[in-house]
Amino acid sequence: MAAAETYPDDLKYHREHDWARVEGDEATIGITWFAQDALGELVHFEPPEEGSQVAKDSSYGEVESVKAVSEVIAPLSGEVVAVNRKVVDEPEIVNDDPYGDGWLVRIRLEDPGEADSLLDVEAYKQVLAEQ
Amino acid sequence: MTRFLSLTEADRKEMLDTIGVSSIDDLFEQIPAAVRFDRELALEPALSELELVTHLEALAARNAHTGAELSFLGAGIYDHYIPAVVDAILSRGELLTAYTPYQPEMSQGVLQAIFEYQTAICELTGMDVSNASGYDGTTVAADACFLAKHATRRSKVVLAEALNPQVRQVVKTYAPGFGLEVIEVPHRSGVTDPDEFRDACADAACAIFQQPNFLGCLEPAPDLAAAANEADALAVAHVDPVSLGVLEAPGAYGCALAIGEGQGAGNYQSYGGPHYGFLAARSEYIRRMPGRIVGETIDAAGRRGYVLTLQTREQHIRREKATSNITTNQTLLALAGLVHLSWLGPEGLRELGETCLALGRYAKERLQSAGFEPAFPDRTTFKEFAVRVGRPAGEVVTEARRKGVHPGYALGRDYEGLDDTLLACVTEKRSPADVDRLVDVLQEVAA
Amino acid sequence: MELIFEKSRSGRRASTFPRYDLPPGEVPDELRRERPPRLPELAEPEVMRHFTELSTRTFGIDTGFYPLGSCTMKHNPRVNERVVALPGFRDLHPLQDEDGIQGALELEWRLQEILAEVTGLDAVSLQPAAGSQGEVTGLMLMRAYFADRGETERSEIVIPDSAHGTNPASVAMAGYTLVGVSTDKRGNIDLDDLRGKVGERTAGLMLTNPSTLGLFDESIDEIQRIFHRAGALMYYDGANLNAVCGISRPGDMGFDIVHINLHKTFSQPHGGGGPGGGPIAVRKSLEPFLPVPAVVREDAEEAARFRLDYDRPKSIGKVRAFTGPFGVFVRSYAFIRAYGPALKEMSEVAVLNANYVLARLKDAYELPFDRLCMHEFVLSARNLKRAHGITALDVAKRLMDYGFHPPTIYFPLIVPEALMVEPTETETKETLDAFCDAMLSIAREAEEEPELLCEAPHHRPVGRLDEVKAAKRAIVRYGFEDHPDLSAEPAEAEPRQLEAQKGA
Repeated sequence: MAAAETYPDDLKYHREHDWARVEGDEATIGITWFAQDALGELVHFEPPEEGSQVAKDSSYGEVESVKAVSEVIAPLSGEVVAVNRKVVDEPEIVNDDPYGDGWLVRIRLEDPGEADSLLDVEAYKQVLAEQ
Repeated sequence: MTRFLSLTEADRKEMLDTIGVSSIDDLFEQIPAAVRFDRELALEPALSELELVTHLEALAARNAHTGAELSFLGAGIYDHYIPAVVDAILSRGELLTAYTPYQPEMSQGVLQAIFEYQTAICELTGMDVSNASGYDGTTVAADACFLAKHATRRSKVVLAEALNPQVRQVVKTYAPGFGLEVIEVPHRSGVTDPDEFRDACADAACAIFQQPNFLGCLEPAPDLAAAANEADALAVAHVDPVSLGVLEAPGAYGCALAIGEGQGAGNYQSYGGPHYGFLAARSEYIRRMPGRIVGETIDAAGRRGYVLTLQTREQHIRREKATSNITTNQTLLALAGLVHLSWLGPEGLRELGETCLALGRYAKERLQSAGFEPAFPDRTTFKEFAVRVGRPAGEVVTEARRKGVHPGYALGRDYEGLDDTLLACVTEKRSPADVDRLVDVLQEVAA
Repeated sequence: MELIFEKSRSGRRASTFPRYDLPPGEVPDELRRERPPRLPELAEPEVMRHFTELSTRTFGIDTGFYPLGSCTMKHNPRVNERVVALPGFRDLHPLQDEDGIQGALELEWRLQEILAEVTGLDAVSLQPAAGSQGEVTGLMLMRAYFADRGETERSEIVIPDSAHGTNPASVAMAGYTLVGVSTDKRGNIDLDDLRGKVGERTAGLMLTNPSTLGLFDESIDEIQRIFHRAGALMYYDGANLNAVCGISRPGDMGFDIVHINLHKTFSQPHGGGGPGGGPIAVRKSLEPFLPVPAVVREDAEEAARFRLDYDRPKSIGKVRAFTGPFGVFVRSYAFIRAYGPALKEMSEVAVLNANYVLARLKDAYELPFDRLCMHEFVLSARNLKRAHGITALDVAKRLMDYGFHPPTIYFPLIVPEALMVEPTETETKETLDAFCDAMLSIAREAEEEPELLCEAPHHRPVGRLDEVKAAKRAIVRYGFEDHPDLSAEPAEAEPRQLEAQKGA
């Protein structure tokens, strides 16, 4: 049921195991394969409200499995324009497809330049090797 | 060797050999000498079981319990009849000596019992989710404030003055650590005014009232709940489980939370504890609930089973962000409550409530015709009521007790202007003849 | 097994009441109950059978060995149940006049004196209802103490990473900030890490000693010097007191506030989750802040007299109703009076039993800290996981088939695949040996027949339960006509077993 371990190379990564897909002045964000694997099957996603602000490196919500709870860290700053309601209803989608259907929120970027400080896939894999 | 230890000398020698040390003292080498306790504990010598029982009987004999005098004492702890099935089931060793059911396969009995208790509390209170118990009727009020603070992000709570004084005192003890301001709304002739309550609820996280209140009076509960809701504060009703066969459930009149002291359902008075607090809420608050919650599930073979669930709320996972630090709760006492409620059934609970109402009416009328006026004559009361005795109430209690009757709680220590007022409680354990005796003794004492 | 609600049939009833010929009391319509609560409707025989069956599906200390670390699952003496039921205790109303509660107050006062002696401190309040509540009360005492001295900048509490989850949760409830300190390779607090974290903003330390690892902190003297020199206080979590009664006292170790778990060290039965008792003992300097009322003794000319003292202007207030869970005090008091000074022997045997089991098991499992233990120890199943994919969870479930309750698993968090074992002093050597034989057998099974473990338990009323489904569906009460039938729903492609701790 859970996906095979992958880290798409068209994404940017944050060392707290979050990813961002930047498209123009918006970005879609979520958690990486490593994060969903560490938590186990998700049973709950506590999202931010649409219209609220998220700040880079800060928590914007929580994901829970049966035995653990984890904050999700925003890789970039901006305003929440969409929350993935399907994941709110069926959090296990994140385990199945963490980068596709398992996206968590979409934000309008405050400063697209922030993306430059994120890790590319090779640098993120380096972070994983050090875990 | 004491009567609870089994290791013989031979056992000890073998075990020390296996460990590889020569004496028990060697096992404590890691304790630095500076903190070693080097004398005998200054405790009285050990008692045999017979001597122990004799000693405790002597202590117990110096207490005036409700079997030793005719008691009309209530005020939050009640002398209700506890049926024999409760004692029988609580003495089952498996239930008495089990731990918290973290290993569900070993504990299906406890887990199912808690699930049934949760169901019973939800039925009584009209709510969607109950926890597995809190410490008592006072701490669940603090729990409710903590929940409301985090749910609303507001930092003020409102308490009716007619709410049990100890409940209010406990909330005020926890409030500084929670970062909460506490506002009290005074009672007006024995009840709380909904308009005053609404005004106080501006910017409040929650507002707590009691039904029936500490003075025995029935509050305008739906109006108080509406007052809180209009201010977007959580309406919290502190209720008596024994009353919920005749009084409406908080869930039916707009409350977000229902809390209370469970003692009247299933527990002996026991000089104040252990008892159990209950806390139930509407479904939207489930993730903010403090304490354990049992949920239903199945195993791989499709067999139904029960587990502790939503544990991510609790301290062992969420640690400093937990909904509460509570771990050990009051499960055994809550189980007693479940057994008692099962013994009662809905008809029995209703009849119990009607009996208390009828005896209360009889007591009020007889006292009134003997010249003892109710302190709040226009108020409907349940199970207990405030009655003026014409003298400092504490003195009346002392003198009545010399005649073998405890006439009730002297309210003057908790409320202004009630120094001559007793809170008299009549449960189903009292009869009309007992009430007649109360009236006779009060007449003698008041003369 | 059916729920009691499923056995209910309309019209059945176990209760009856005396009927009096009295006019009914009235309740205004708007306050009257409209629909009765759906409580079970059964006659007495079925009530007894239902709860008796529930008890047979539950494992208690009376059933067998129960080595849960930090829970102190010792035998609960049966005479305690007899004395707690004496009418003079059982039927005593807490608001009875003072002259009518002298026996109760004397018992409380004596228990206070005993706990002061055992902890090496000066004043005791029995009020807190459990260890967790004792913790919050202790932290409130700290706040009141420092506020009284004008030292309001002290906002931090230091807690080691091996701490029980209640400690950080209590810190948050008391309005403090948590500062973590790490554990070194010997299992002691890392002093270098500690020194940088204690200063003017520190209110105190919360520590269990011995720790959750079952190890006595060898630097305790230096630790108390660091905190006291900084003007801070030391709080002792008494969860592990069973190891040191009569051997070392928290007050002598330098602790200023101690909570005691009456349901651990002093035999209050756990009752499936509670009740407990969490009294606190403090140094004289903290006594004015203790909860009200205080139970005090005044010697009259003829005999001792006991009183409830509410005149404590500096008290933090009340944390629970009345004087606390009195029935728990009766049992603990009876337990202690049965031992007298031989409480020391209780701790000695607790420590001996734990070291014996450790000695027999440490070669088959991984030993994180190579030291003698105290009343409990932690082993890791990581070797089994690496070699055979068997986890601590699997070991625990398989132990059930051998007739034992498993030890604590996955705690403390700093040991991967942790198994925390506390035998207590009331076990025979034969039971300890049988447990060790089972654990060694399981280690062999891990290699030779791992499926036996992965599919365990085989002999309980249920197998491993789907906790993921429980969390997602959140069925937390019986739904009557609307109650879902989970076994009739289509099965998952692969049943979602409990997720064990990842990593390592």
